[in-house]
Amino acid sequence: MTDGLWVYLATSPLLWLAATLVVWLAATGLAGLSPGNPLLNPILFSIAAIATVLCVTGIDYAAYFEGAQFIHFLLGPATVALGIPLYEKLSLVKSNLLPLLAALFVGSLTAVGSTVFFSRLFGFTPEVVASLAPKSTTAAVAMAISSGLAGDPALTAAVVVLTGICGAIVVTPMMNAMRIKDYSARGFAVGLASHGIGTARAYSVDPVAGLFSGIAMGLNAVLTSLIVHLFL
Amino acid sequence: MLVGITILLVFQLIGEVTAYFLGGFVPGPVIGMAMIAVVLTLTGGKPVLEPAHRQTLDTSRTILANLGILFVPAGVGIIQHLDLIRDRGLALLAIVLLSTVITLAVTVWIFILVKRLSGGYAND
Repeated sequence: MTDGLWVYLATSPLLWLAATLVVWLAATGLAGLSPGNPLLNPILFSIAAIATVLCVTGIDYAAYFEGAQFIHFLLGPATVALGIPLYEKLSLVKSNLLPLLAALFVGSLTAVGSTVFFSRLFGFTPEVVASLAPKSTTAAVAMAISSGLAGDPALTAAVVVLTGICGAIVVTPMMNAMRIKDYSARGFAVGLASHGIGTARAYSVDPVAGLFSGIAMGLNAVLTSLIVHLFL
Repeated sequence: MLVGITILLVFQLIGEVTAYFLGGFVPGPVIGMAMIAVVLTLTGGKPVLEPAHRQTLDTSRTILANLGILFVPAGVGIIQHLDLIRDRGLALLAIVLLSTVITLAVTVWIFILVKRLSGGYAND
């Protein structure tokens, strides 16, 4: 009887949609217990928890995605919504236009160039190189770029999340060690290198850093989709 | 809320159509993002459009405040690559770590260098 119920629920979109939301809320609650601890990143925690459940129960990813796709779909409108902070903070963009554009161009080239260089150096296949190249941009954009380059969007998504968490963990100790005190510069760097996860981290450190991080994430999404063709 | 999400989806749709005609060079949502920023700038402060503006801004803030959960479904896709992680996981981690640290350093240096050269710290 319970076996029948499990089979019924495990293959319905409702279970995995609800599970993703519940795990996320639990993960954000857990992160709230120790604010600013990047190792308690709710994205990392949620992915690890759900992936473990799926592996243990033998549910395949396609069955999980049947439910989770409703959340995944919102990445598109969320990317469009990134235009709103750009619009609201237009005066900040204008007053920092030169450093912002210079950092954007050089940073974006460095992000894609270094990724392509190291992944070729380590002998990865062209499909994996294409999947990694857009890893500094936000997931929706990175996955679209990757599939346009004949990469694997699922691998891209995982690497994008890893890049975000990596940047969110290293940025504060690294910038402190470099004695960088300008929070607009610190925020811009983490948004460019580590997209939305870096931006969430930047907002928790300093509001100006968060703002510049959001601007960098939006602009880098546009630029990476153009310059990636220079490397691949 | 409904007006806000409709406006975001319509801009995404316009972006996708534009992307199609550009040959998929730039992803549709990115074009939608650029377009909505331009349109809001052009239409800002017009009383007729004020309710739609406010709803778009409110909906966008709600979505962006919960941005993290949107990465979870795609991130769980990692379970399709467990063999790649097992065989080359350390190399992947090294690439991500090296590239992220280099990008952070280069970006923050260029930002500060150009801001200094252009007199951005003149008041400090």
